[in-house]
Amino acid sequence: MLHEIPVDRYGAVGRRMARAVEACVHCGFCLAACPTYRVLGEEMDSPRGRIFLMKEVLEGHLEPQEAAPFVDRCLGCFGCVTACPSGVAYGELLTPYREYASAKVSRSWPDRLLRWLTMETLPYPGRLRAALRLARLVRPAAPYLPARLRAMVSLVPDRLSRQRGTASTVAPAGARRARVAVLVGCVQRVLHPEIHEATVRVLARNGVEVVVPDDQGCCGALAMHVGEGARARQLARRNLSAFPDDVDAVITDAAGCGSAMKEYGFLFAGQPEEEQARKLAARVRDVSEFLDGLGIEAPPPLLAPARAVYQDACHLLHAQGVRDAPRRLLGTVGNLEVVEPAEAELCCGSAGTYSLEHPDVAAELGRRKARGLLAADPDVVVTGNVGCMVQIRAHLRAAGRPVPVLHTVQVLDLAYRGQGFPRLA
Amino acid sequence: MTEAVDRARVLQGLRALYPEGRILTRPAELAAYESDALTAFRARPLAVVLPETREEVVATVRWCHRHGVPFVARGSGTSLSGGSLPVPEGIVIALNRLNRILRLDPEERIAVVEPGVVNLDVSRAAAPFGLYYAPDPSSQPVCTIGGNVAFNSGGAHCLKYGMTSNHVLALEVVLADGEVVRFGGESLEGVGPDLVGLFVGSEGLFGIALEVTLRLVPKPEAYRTVLAAYRSLEAAGDAVAQVVASGLLPGAVEIMDRLSIEAAEAAVHAGYPEDAAALLLVELEGEEPEVEAELVELLEVVRASGAYEVRLARDEADRQRIWKGRKGAFSAVGRLSPDYLVQDGVVPRTRLGIALAEIERLSRKYGLRVANVFHAGDGNLHPLILYDGRQPGQLQRAEELAGEILRLCIRLGGSITGEHGVGMEKRQYLAEMFSEQDLEVMRRLRRAMDPGEIANRGKMFPVPQQLEAAAAS
Ligand SMILES: Cc1cc2nc3c(=O)[nH]c(=O)nc-3n(C[C@H](O)[C@H](O)[C@H](O)COP(=O)(O)OP(=O)(O)OC[C@H]3O[C@@H](n4cnc5c(N)ncnc54)[C@H](O)[C@@H]3O)c2cc1C
Ligand code: SF4
Ligand code: SF4
Repeated sequence: MLHEIPVDRYGAVGRRMARAVEACVHCGFCLAACPTYRVLGEEMDSPRGRIFLMKEVLEGHLEPQEAAPFVDRCLGCFGCVTACPSGVAYGELLTPYREYASAKVSRSWPDRLLRWLTMETLPYPGRLRAALRLARLVRPAAPYLPARLRAMVSLVPDRLSRQRGTASTVAPAGARRARVAVLVGCVQRVLHPEIHEATVRVLARNGVEVVVPDDQGCCGALAMHVGEGARARQLARRNLSAFPDDVDAVITDAAGCGSAMKEYGFLFAGQPEEEQARKLAARVRDVSEFLDGLGIEAPPPLLAPARAVYQDACHLLHAQGVRDAPRRLLGTVGNLEVVEPAEAELCCGSAGTYSLEHPDVAAELGRRKARGLLAADPDVVVTGNVGCMVQIRAHLRAAGRPVPVLHTVQVLDLAYRGQGFPRLA
Repeated sequence: MTEAVDRARVLQGLRALYPEGRILTRPAELAAYESDALTAFRARPLAVVLPETREEVVATVRWCHRHGVPFVARGSGTSLSGGSLPVPEGIVIALNRLNRILRLDPEERIAVVEPGVVNLDVSRAAAPFGLYYAPDPSSQPVCTIGGNVAFNSGGAHCLKYGMTSNHVLALEVVLADGEVVRFGGESLEGVGPDLVGLFVGSEGLFGIALEVTLRLVPKPEAYRTVLAAYRSLEAAGDAVAQVVASGLLPGAVEIMDRLSIEAAEAAVHAGYPEDAAALLLVELEGEEPEVEAELVELLEVVRASGAYEVRLARDEADRQRIWKGRKGAFSAVGRLSPDYLVQDGVVPRTRLGIALAEIERLSRKYGLRVANVFHAGDGNLHPLILYDGRQPGQLQRAEELAGEILRLCIRLGGSITGEHGVGMEKRQYLAEMFSEQDLEVMRRLRRAMDPGEIANRGKMFPVPQQLEAAAAS
């Protein structure tokens, strides 16, 4: 598409943003892949529409404030990237655009409060723990809270896991085949540490020495997605020094974190750390991608046959292009039938803090997702990202069929340990 | 009175028909609807409305009729000819929320759908019954049945099954003067003149389709998909007539040239033969033994026509990839050039080779690259003229080149549009294809249904300057 974006005005990323606009031919092939378009059926809430609006703003023909509701409503799921035949790098437009526009858009105070609450707690495990304890006290008052705060409180778990120490190095079982460092990040470490534990066990089981660097922190994804670039860089900087160079890969088991870390080079474009960021990004692998590449020992078959439905996490499928690896891994488990749900490529509506900021769209997507998954009549739902797990679990429960929801590595871990799936919760 | 006050007053009545949020007037909302898939044209409407029921569509059309405000129906905005371009200061009626399949009757093999239903969703809904909706424009994952009806859209498999018009049994329509009428019925044998046929392909100039009754067909038992590589585009073009002359009736016969192969391969990694100057894609379909026998014959014809490499789709997944690349090819060409014009001309099948050679010559003459990817079996050419709008004069040169190609089609005994419609883009060529008397009959027909010329005003018919230019040339 023709444009008049004054690229030099937008610094190191100006050219990249313009290139994405240029590659878009306005054909609309991405419409069907866009969850917000599917729900809302209006052009401004489609990838094609958003690209056009961002172009208009960058050209100076439209006020950022006018475009804000529609760009904000984008889930950042990148379904449009997979669908686009023209290779539009939508993320290279969206992320810097959000950072650029965030300073120019004024938001209502509840929006700002919510943003502040999430950004000041989620990336910091200590604060998050404290906030969750507080939120549990508030829960009885939930029905009287504004919708978005209610959505937030509804995600608070019943039990908080004890703070578990993570060993800093775990030895491989048998001969060492590889050495990796694992990201434990922020939210998942507090809410669902069992996923990391499964990751570490499965890696070790397959001859991988695992290092869990001490100084690491939040990958910055949540901040990156809402246009808080400075905060994202501040968080990411810590990881640039925390992760060692002498490992074969840096492993993530949360798809959102993995895709953010793979973009570190872009996040630091034009900054002194760019080179270092690029190097770290190049070593990042999703756990499923890494295990599939390494080749795993087939686990013993399940005791009883079960049917799993695999739901792609958007940040694994669309952002990282990892599709077959988790399916192949699940395929090694005997007695486990793996089926495809309808609309696997459509976002479940979780998308980082999205479900908190846009509860209506998120809830509609969650309902659709639950419907699609249940139509496959599964014994277990498997996916690769903690946010999706929380969202899917909530909507399966709401639909009256709380089928267990597990991470791919948890399924492998249970199989290796000869255990069945948890009973219906 | 200021313009803003004026607009507000005009819109007052329309606002009463829609709740907040379903009548769009803010700058960002309007901007998103400024173009269809042909971004060389842009126009800002007065408002965009998002009806959710047919009653709302009817009420809107009646309001427009009463106030003399022009309107444009819009499906998914994938028109390549400016067909769904807004009329400045008019209303865009976006039909995307009217996307329910009202009835699907596997016994009668019909589907009754709202106009905003996406083409492929009809086939998805029919799949459990072993049926599908045959017309398959490359844009089928996104384009709507309403848009297909308006443009009488075709697709790769229309060679065997015919275009949209062969698959629409009945229509409920709100004419531009607000009258609601039904055309056709549920069986193929109609009574009286074929009004469905008249409406299909009318480019939104008569009114808006509210409900469409479609014919479904049984899914073929087997497919064989053949890719044949040629050293020249002309040779591939000539092969098409040979395939058809052999008596075979393939489901689809498509051609892609070097540029489009490169683009499509980058998009989907379908494993198209490399280095080919052109690729012939032929698909046989039907019952297993019959298809098997036809394949032997087809391979013979293809080899004799000078193909230097022939490959068969290995399995269904491979076949899907091959088609995905072909169907995404227009968009994929966006990888090669910042802008392009998609042309849509028709030539008699036997003259494909000549036409393609001539297009290559014109491409060199104008110094602009042309990618070809098209429905060869129908003689329906789609030259994509690559240009860079930032270079002064390039768009104009591209348009001139496009004009020469269309005139070439007329000269060879073909037509200026196979399936993308006249829209905005080809108005000026209509007068070169039809006489003034022909055009006058069309205008009279239009005015019979739309006396105020408010439905898609300004489209299809040449404007006076264009008529004069045509007369002079
Ligand atoms: C990449 C690409 C590939 C394509 N491939 C093909 C192809 O293979 N074959 C082909 O034929 N076309 C093709 N097209 C063109 C386009 O997809 C078709 O013309 C399609 O039918 C348009 O549908 P739409 O829903 O996008 O309609 P729109 O573009 O929104 O509208 C098209 C026209 O229909 C009118 N209209 C829409 N709905 C109604 C209604 N309910 N009642 C009356 N009028 C209505 C509009 O006013 C407009 O004039 C392609 C386009 C693209 C971008
Ligand atoms: S599919 Fe790609 S090129 Fe087409 S409109 Fe969407 S982003 Fe643009
Ligand atoms: S990232 Fe997802 S929500 Fe955003 S435009 Fe693309 S498909 Fe739509």
